[in-house]
Amino acid sequence: MLQIILILVIFIALIIPMGKYLYHIAVDQHTFADPVFNRVDNAVYRICGIEKKEMNWKQYAIAMLVTNVIMVLVGYLILRIQALPILNPNGIGGMEPSLSFNTIISFMTNTNLQHYSGESGLSYLSQMMVIIFMMFASAATGFSVAMAFVRGLAGKTKSMGNFYVDLIRITTRVLLPLSLLIGLVLVSQGVPQNLSANVTVQTIAGKYQDIAMGPIAALESIKHIGTNGGGFLGANSSAPFENPNVITNIIEMLSMMLLPGSCVIAFGHMVRNRKKETKKGKEKKVLIGSEAKPIFAVMLIILIMGVIVCFAAEQAGNPILKQIGLNQSMGNMEGKEVRFGIAQSALFTTVTTAFTTGSINNMHDTLTPLGGVVPLMNMMLNVVFGGKGVGLMNMILYVILTVFICGLMVGRTPEYLSKKIEGKEMKLTALGIIIHPLLILAFSALAIAVPAGLAGISNPGYHGLTQVIYEYASSAANNGSGFEGLGDNTYFWNITTGLVMFFGRYLSIIIQLAIAGSLMIKQPVSESIGTLKTDTRTFGISLFMVILIIAALTFFPAMVLGPISEHLTLWN
Amino acid sequence: MNKGIKTKFITKDILKSSIIGAFTKLNPRYMMKNPVMFVVEIGFAVTLLLCFFPNIFGDEGNNLRLYNGIVAVILLITVLFANFAEGVAEGRGKAQAQSLKKTQKDMQSRILSDDGRETVMSASMLKKGDIVLVKMGELIPNDGEVIEGIASVDESAITGESAPVLKENGGDFASVTGGTTVVSDWLKIRITSNPGESFLDKMIALVEGASRKKTPNEIALNTLLVGLTIIFLIVIVTLYPIAVYSGVRLQISTLIALTVCLIPTTIGGLLSAIGIAGMDRVTRFNVIALSGKAVEVCGDVDTMILDKTGTITYGNRMAAKFIPVGNASEQELIRYAVISSLKDDTPEGKSVVELGEHLSGLHQEINPGMEFMEFTAQTRMSGVDLSDGTRIRKGASDAIQKYVQELGGFIPKDLEAQVNEVAKLGGTPLTVCVGNRILGVIYLKDTIKSGLVERFARLRAIGIKTIMCTGDNPLTAATIAQEAGVDSFIAECKPEDKIALIKAEQSEGKIVAMTGDGTNDAPALAQANVGIAMNSGTSAAKEAANMVDLDSDPTKILDVVEIGKQLLITRGSLTTFSIANDVAKYFAIIPAMFMAVIPQMKVLNIMGLSTSYSAILSALIFNAIIIPCLIPLAMKGVKYKPQRSENMLSHNMLIYGLGGIIAPFIGIKVIDLIISPLLALLGL
Repeated sequence: MLQIILILVIFIALIIPMGKYLYHIAVDQHTFADPVFNRVDNAVYRICGIEKKEMNWKQYAIAMLVTNVIMVLVGYLILRIQALPILNPNGIGGMEPSLSFNTIISFMTNTNLQHYSGESGLSYLSQMMVIIFMMFASAATGFSVAMAFVRGLAGKTKSMGNFYVDLIRITTRVLLPLSLLIGLVLVSQGVPQNLSANVTVQTIAGKYQDIAMGPIAALESIKHIGTNGGGFLGANSSAPFENPNVITNIIEMLSMMLLPGSCVIAFGHMVRNRKKETKKGKEKKVLIGSEAKPIFAVMLIILIMGVIVCFAAEQAGNPILKQIGLNQSMGNMEGKEVRFGIAQSALFTTVTTAFTTGSINNMHDTLTPLGGVVPLMNMMLNVVFGGKGVGLMNMILYVILTVFICGLMVGRTPEYLSKKIEGKEMKLTALGIIIHPLLILAFSALAIAVPAGLAGISNPGYHGLTQVIYEYASSAANNGSGFEGLGDNTYFWNITTGLVMFFGRYLSIIIQLAIAGSLMIKQPVSESIGTLKTDTRTFGISLFMVILIIAALTFFPAMVLGPISEHLTLWN
Repeated sequence: MNKGIKTKFITKDILKSSIIGAFTKLNPRYMMKNPVMFVVEIGFAVTLLLCFFPNIFGDEGNNLRLYNGIVAVILLITVLFANFAEGVAEGRGKAQAQSLKKTQKDMQSRILSDDGRETVMSASMLKKGDIVLVKMGELIPNDGEVIEGIASVDESAITGESAPVLKENGGDFASVTGGTTVVSDWLKIRITSNPGESFLDKMIALVEGASRKKTPNEIALNTLLVGLTIIFLIVIVTLYPIAVYSGVRLQISTLIALTVCLIPTTIGGLLSAIGIAGMDRVTRFNVIALSGKAVEVCGDVDTMILDKTGTITYGNRMAAKFIPVGNASEQELIRYAVISSLKDDTPEGKSVVELGEHLSGLHQEINPGMEFMEFTAQTRMSGVDLSDGTRIRKGASDAIQKYVQELGGFIPKDLEAQVNEVAKLGGTPLTVCVGNRILGVIYLKDTIKSGLVERFARLRAIGIKTIMCTGDNPLTAATIAQEAGVDSFIAECKPEDKIALIKAEQSEGKIVAMTGDGTNDAPALAQANVGIAMNSGTSAAKEAANMVDLDSDPTKILDVVEIGKQLLITRGSLTTFSIANDVAKYFAIIPAMFMAVIPQMKVLNIMGLSTSYSAILSALIFNAIIIPCLIPLAMKGVKYKPQRSENMLSHNMLIYGLGGIIAPFIGIKVIDLIISPLLALLGL
């Protein structure tokens, strides 16, 4: 337990300076590294012919969509023709169309749901040109829209910024340097980084085994920094070559927590009303902007609750195994790596789903039913920090909802960050909130109602239902972790999860940008003591309750029939 | 806040019309306007069908027909309750409209043609621009402007105020309202509105709720409720196949019951009632809001611009203090000041008598020998000559000084200083003399209306800034402003200053409210977000405003703002309550649905409800009866106490949020205890 607390403390210590740095990048303020990066960026602008013109929300969304579509087309092509002998020492064949569709959507949407195994499914060219490239591009896309979104909310500028500029600044100033650094640390811990063919060795038992090679460290670092989560190898971060020891395990967890956490801090700085806080003399040094405090607190509390439940459930072990005489004092070690143990596994599971990364260091399929509820719930909520930037944007939808209800309760037209929340914003917010349960529940219901879906379920009964719901929750939340056990490389699963990932990502982003765009152009209203304060404890508690009742209880019936029934039968 | 006409919360008439209305409103075309309740009605239709043909969707179970029937009845009652709530709210407005309509009965009017000929025709034929002659005892046929004549008009039909008002051509007293009666002399009136568009027509339509449009906040809230309804429909529709996969075949009526329990029926059923009741509460204060939006905007007001005279002060100067000068004593001054004012019927004179008798404890009588002089603009003093020849005078200081000097008296040295002191404080000094001797000064003060200081404190508590406008000099204005407790003031204020002030406040994103009566206030009334015109004001002012105060009492604006806030708080609180209720309902129905197939599910039955049927029906019954239980709250509004927003939020969250989570746990359990033996008798 101590190690879990320690990691959370380091997390908070890291995101405060990182959040400030992100804020400086987002509002184009001076940073220490400008002399180097300005040159790099300017060179990129010149080569790509980017004019730094200001965009409104529609232009921004279109620029984002067009850029992503082009990347998808190029990526799809590479996956189909990867059999060519370019950087393909293992002689991997071309990818099947529906799997290619699923894979390219999966990586472009930052989901990284994998219906293939890296060792046998992708050439090194595909790993680098498609997977690693997409990991950078999708993470940068998420950050960019989040920045534009927050600019809209803050309403300090007349435009949402320029998508291309945001995309490049984030890549050169945050993602590339951090990945390089983490990558080198991982290499020092034994993660391979080469372009050699796989090595076949004879084991002590006399059998032959293929040892995977390739640019693993490069992928591994951006996989977590960008909260992507797609493994180079099929076993993801439970494989020793991806995640050799406890140190790398901690580094990987912290890397995926770093940027989503920093986004909340950056948000606090961006929307901060400097005029108000500087009244008493000179500007105060602010660690977390006041508006970000309740949001951050709610996210952190749900995260900690998840860790505790998951840890306790896994530590309790499996009563059936106990009955047949297996000692459960170590907890439920089925599907876990001995080098990580219960604490490191439970924390990794919670973190990877809360921050919607989707890498795994243990098999989620073999978590105890209650332990499995935690990752499932994290993805269903999709607001517990969430993916880079988009988690914050999802959270803001619930903030707007809470503001609306609380605002009425203090007798005023609800307003958030000095902007009135009216019919138009409510319509968009309601839509944004509906999408997530619609995608998860409707597709789950479809999958268990048609033979093509049922065929994938390897474990009938309650657990099978959990497998299905998990798969769609993971897709809709753009998480990408697999419950595994599901036979998902079929036309049905490739296409349906592909659609869920696509709509889960782009519909949400477009709706959220539209909300920000609509709020940006509104005249700010003045603040008085009669105005609803959104930086108070009461508001934080209200926000927590709204998320609990509207987001969590929506999935209550499905959860009851899946993991909760499984738990109740297991323990009776 | 209790100034409005007090009526019983619900009368027999309202009850009757509401019950009838509850059934007629079941018409799907009407129900569609309220999507949440429409879903309930569809649920009713389906369960009714299932009552007659229990197996059309392949449901199985014993006594299915009876169970479906019970669900159908509860759903019908739920819809009826919601319709009833709306009916009650409308009924209260309708009763008021009825009394207004009585004045609208067909009347004859005398139209004057250009050459002066009179033609008698029905008032309903009158057009804008027609000129009519109305004589004593006749009703004014339509809204208009007086172009000739002078008469007193009884406006009690509209305002409830029995004292007649004077109407004449020009100025602020030219506008007349249709339906009022001329009680003396005659008036020549130019009609200013077409039939059906008069103020009276508008008022009837408004109080009846006929022309009620959904307000922006209501639209936003409705969107949220529709959104929640869609989410829960998704939950239920997908639950069916998921349950089938788990080996549970759910009955359609159970799914419908769960849907109705989860969607926000409580607020959905009461939403329009809250809106209508809010308008009604404003109307009860004798303020006609020209739209629901206007009432709602009141809740958002940040700045209130108030005229000093008439709004903050009575507008009459009242005696506040007696200041003796020279060698006179205070008792002496009071005695003569009171005697000089005995027959002075002006408010100033009365106040001198009142204060004097109060301070000295002596009561003075009018003697037959007293000869009183009225105040005139020439003498600028009034007074009395006693039978013994004593002449008492009070008046403007310079006039009295001149009078005394003419009689050979002298001016006490401290008079000048005292007079200036009073003037500096914003008061009017009245100097009193007996014969050629100056006794002292009466300090006449502009008095702040009683209770206003507390009201301004209330406003400050909720963050509303008050700005006083006055034509007085800055010194006087500052004194009054400080005494009343307004936040700031504008002295020597001209109408254009007011508009500039409103614009300046609005540019900071503030919502501004103001009251006004004269024509020159019309542009400012139009510029302000909330403009309340006085009914005594000109029609230009009334047209520019979005509310009209029938009693012409400018302080009403304070009440209206509180009603606006209360309206929003009521909506928000009931929404919170409605959503919070879902927690208990989930825990009542979900275990009940699956207990038969998955016995371990009983762990989730934390309320210990007896059977599946009784659990589902208890939740459904709770869901239905909570609507009529909350009708009084919806009508009267949530209790409102001005305080900081944080405190208000925690307070309301505790009652309606936490209360909303706990109440249904208790309610459902109690209903379960009552109905489970009944259901056992019925064989369910």
